[in-house]
Amino acid sequence: MAADYMDWLRREGRIVIVGASLAGLRAAETLRAEGFAGELTLIGDEPYEPYDRPPLSKSVLLGMASPHRTELPHRLDIDAKWRLGVPATGLDLTAKRVKLADGDEVQYDRLLIATGVRARPWPKEDEARLTGVCVLRTRDDAADLYQRLKAGPRRVFVIGAGFAGSEIASACREMGIPVTVAERAGAPLVGALGGVIGAVAADLQTEHGVDLRTHVTVTSLEGDSVGRVRAVHLSDESVVEADVVVVSLGSQRNTEWLTGSGLGAGPRGIACDAGCRAFDFRGIVTDDVFVAGDVARSPHALFGYQFLSLEHWGNAVAQAETAAHNMICRGADRRPHLWMPAFWSSMFGVNIKSVGVPPMGDQLMITQGSPAERRFVGVYGYQGRVIAAVSFDNTRWLEFYARQIERGAPFPVEYPTVDRRPENRQPVAADFPDPSLPTHGPTVTLSGYSPADQQLVFHPARH
Amino acid sequence: MPQASLFRQITDFANRADPYPLYEELRKTPVLHEEDGPYVISSYYDIEALLHDPRISSDATNVAAAGDDELSGPEATGLPPSFIRLDPPEHDRLRRIANSSFGPPHRPRRIENMRGELGEIVTGLIDGFGDARQIDLVDEFAYPFPVTVICRLLGVPREDEPRFRAWVDPIVAGLDPDTRTSAESERTAQEARLQLGMYLNGLVEQRAREPRDDMLSDLVNSRGPDGAMTTMEVLSTSVLLLIAGHETTVNLITNGMLTLLRHPEVLARLRNDPGLSVRIVEELLRYEPPVQIVPQRTCIADIELRGVTIPKGSRIWLMLAAGNRDPERFKDPERFDPDREDIQHLGFGSGIHSCFGAPLARLEAQIALSELARRLENPRLVEDPPPYRQNAVLRGPRHLNIAFDGLR
Repeated sequence: MAADYMDWLRREGRIVIVGASLAGLRAAETLRAEGFAGELTLIGDEPYEPYDRPPLSKSVLLGMASPHRTELPHRLDIDAKWRLGVPATGLDLTAKRVKLADGDEVQYDRLLIATGVRARPWPKEDEARLTGVCVLRTRDDAADLYQRLKAGPRRVFVIGAGFAGSEIASACREMGIPVTVAERAGAPLVGALGGVIGAVAADLQTEHGVDLRTHVTVTSLEGDSVGRVRAVHLSDESVVEADVVVVSLGSQRNTEWLTGSGLGAGPRGIACDAGCRAFDFRGIVTDDVFVAGDVARSPHALFGYQFLSLEHWGNAVAQAETAAHNMICRGADRRPHLWMPAFWSSMFGVNIKSVGVPPMGDQLMITQGSPAERRFVGVYGYQGRVIAAVSFDNTRWLEFYARQIERGAPFPVEYPTVDRRPENRQPVAADFPDPSLPTHGPTVTLSGYSPADQQLVFHPARH
Repeated sequence: MPQASLFRQITDFANRADPYPLYEELRKTPVLHEEDGPYVISSYYDIEALLHDPRISSDATNVAAAGDDELSGPEATGLPPSFIRLDPPEHDRLRRIANSSFGPPHRPRRIENMRGELGEIVTGLIDGFGDARQIDLVDEFAYPFPVTVICRLLGVPREDEPRFRAWVDPIVAGLDPDTRTSAESERTAQEARLQLGMYLNGLVEQRAREPRDDMLSDLVNSRGPDGAMTTMEVLSTSVLLLIAGHETTVNLITNGMLTLLRHPEVLARLRNDPGLSVRIVEELLRYEPPVQIVPQRTCIADIELRGVTIPKGSRIWLMLAAGNRDPERFKDPERFDPDREDIQHLGFGSGIHSCFGAPLARLEAQIALSELARRLENPRLVEDPPPYRQNAVLRGPRHLNIAFDGLR
C-alpha cells in the first residue's frame, strides 16, 4: 500500500515548494533529477527568479557585480509552475492546501517549506521609515544600498557588527566612504566566533579606518525636516552624523504565515527531524511537510543532536537535496541531513571561513599561524572534543579540521602542526557572550531539544 | 624468481608505459610500507586528506631528516629551497609574493590575456611542420610550446633554451626516485640547480636596473605587504617556475595527444568543438596526470590512517595517479571519459601546495590539443606505446611519433 502510494506520488503527485530561493530551487532540481514526474509548483514572495545572495553584501556594493544579475544557474529544466511575487499566507495541514496572498489556494500531496529569513528591521517604525535607513537582504535592498553608496555619502552608519554588517563596513572603506559601526558586544563577529577572534576582527576594522564603537547600542535615529536620516544617537550619549544607516541586526525567520497552522513553527524556525520532516506543535513528525534552508531547525547527530538553525549557503543546498530526496522515497531509503556546518566571509581583504559550530565551543587554540598576522587557524573545543575551526586567510587547511570534528577528535590539540607557534600550546577561553543576551546575528543558534519551546525571552544589556 | 616489491616495480622503468595495473595492485594495500621505504598512499580520499593535513610537512630539511637523500638542505645547494619545499609561514609568504605577479587579485587577467599569444605560438609551431607527414610531437611541439610560454612570462630569452636545458635535465632527473639513490646524480642535480640560479641571476640583476613587463621584474621589485624577496629567494623561485612551468605541461600535452589518438571518437568531437577541450583536459588530469607521485612529504606527528599508524618522521609518497583511478571515488575509473559528470582529480594536487601554474597549464593544454585536433589531417600513432622518459614522478613519453596526411 505504502509502496503503491510512493509510486503514484512520484508519477503524478503534486509537490509544492514555498520559498523560491536557493533551497527551493535546489530542491526542485533534485526532485526532477531523482525522477519526480508529477506537478511541481514554486511559490515566492519576491517577483524574481531565485538569485544568489552572497555577492549582495560584497561585490554588488562595490559595483563589481550587478544586483540584477545574480540569478542562480539552473542545473536542469525543472518544468515547474512558478507563482512569483505572491507570498504564501496560510497553511491548512488537514486539507493539504497552501493559501496565497491573492486569495488563491494550492493543493499539495507533499509540501516543502523553504521560506528562509528576512532582515530584522529597525524596531522603531517611524525611524525605520527615514530616507537613508536601509537593511540588506534582498536584491532590491542591495540595488538601493549600492545607489546610496555610489552617491558618495558623507558617512555611513552600520548598526550591528555581525558578518553582514562587517562586510558592508568593509565595502564602504574600500570605496573610501567614512563608516561607523556600532556593536552591542565587545567586538565584531562575537556571536559567531567568540571574543578572542572578535578582537582580531576589531583590529582589522580599526586598521582599515572603521570608526568602531563597541559595548554600545543605538538608542534612536534622528531625521531632518524632510524625513532624511541625519544622525544616530548611542547609549553612551554620543551622536554620530550619518546620511546612510544600515540596520544589520540579523534576521527573522519567515514563519508568521504558519501561525495557527499547527506546525511547530515559530520565531526560531520550523523544527524538523534529521530527515527534514517538519514537526507539528505537539512534537509529532508530519509525513508530508518538509523543511529546508535558513528557516529549518534540525537535530544534528555530530553536535549532540542539538537543533541547529544554520543560515549558511551550503546548508541550504545540502538540506534541500536531502529534503527533496526524502520527499519522494520510502522510509528505509531516507537520508539524514548530516551536513558539516561551514560558512565563509570576506572583509577588509581577509577571507574568513569556519567549519563546525563555533558557538558550541568553550575553548580555543590557535593551531596554525598567528592572529597578530591575521593569518591563522583556530580550533574550538567542547567537553574534550574538537567542535569547530575558523580560519583567517588559511582556508585550505579547514578540510582537515572538518574531518577532525567528524571523528570526534580530542581537544586540546596536542600534536604538532606546520606553522604552530610556541605561544599557542595551551587553550584559552573562546569568550562567547552569555547566550541569554541577544546578539546581533550569530549565524548559528542552538535552541535546545523541544520543538514546542518557542518563547523568546528578552534580556536587557548588562552594562 | 621472487616478485620484486610493489614499490620497486613502480620505480622500475620497465613499467613506465603502463603503470596503471601496478597502481590497481597498490590500492589493495592503501597504506603500503615496505622495509625502509616510504609509506605509499594510493587511495583518492586518503591522498586528498593528507594534502590538507597540517601534520604533513613539505619542508626540505624535515624530508632530509627522514632519510631522503634527494635534498640535503640549503648549504649543499647554495640556493635556498623554493616554496614547494617549504612549510608555512615561509611557504605562504613566498607563494603570495610570487602570485602577486601571476594571478588574482593583483593580476587577475594575466593568464587569460595570454590567450591570443598562446594561439600564435601554437600556430607558428604547427605551421613549422611544413611538408613533413611525420613528426615527433614532443620535440617539435609539446616541448617548445610551454618553454616559449614560460620564457616569455618570466622574461628569459628563448634563445638561451639550449643553455638552461643542460641544467634543467639533471635537476629533473634528480626528482626521479630511481636515479636519486646515486649520490653522483644527486651532486649533479644540486650543481645544475646552482648553475641555473647563477644564469638567472644575470637576468635578475638586469631587471633590477631596468624593469620590464615580466615576472622576473615583478619578483625582484616586489614591494607588497609581505615585503620583498631576497635575491636568493628570487632565484630559487625563478628556478622553480622555469622548470615547473614547462616540464609538466610537456607531459600533459603529449599524454593528451596520445590519449586522443587512442580514442579517435573523442578526437573527432574535439575537431568540431574546441570548447570540449576544457572537459578533455580535466579528464586528462585525472586519467594521465603529468605528475604521478608527490614524494616529498614527511609526517611531523604520528598519523593513523586506515588502522595503520604512520610514525612521526616517516616519509610519505602520495600516489596521485593511483588515487585518480580509485574506484572508491570514480565510477568506471579506467575509462577515459570527458563526459563524466563530476570530473575531479588530484592532477594539480590540493591544499596549500596545489599547482601554482594550474591556470596557465590548463589554458596551454586546451589550446594545444584543440589546435592539433583541428589542423592535423588524419593523425595516427606511429608506435604504441611510445618510448617513455625515465622519470616515474614526471611521467610522459620521450617521443611521440605521429603520422598525418597534411595540415588544414
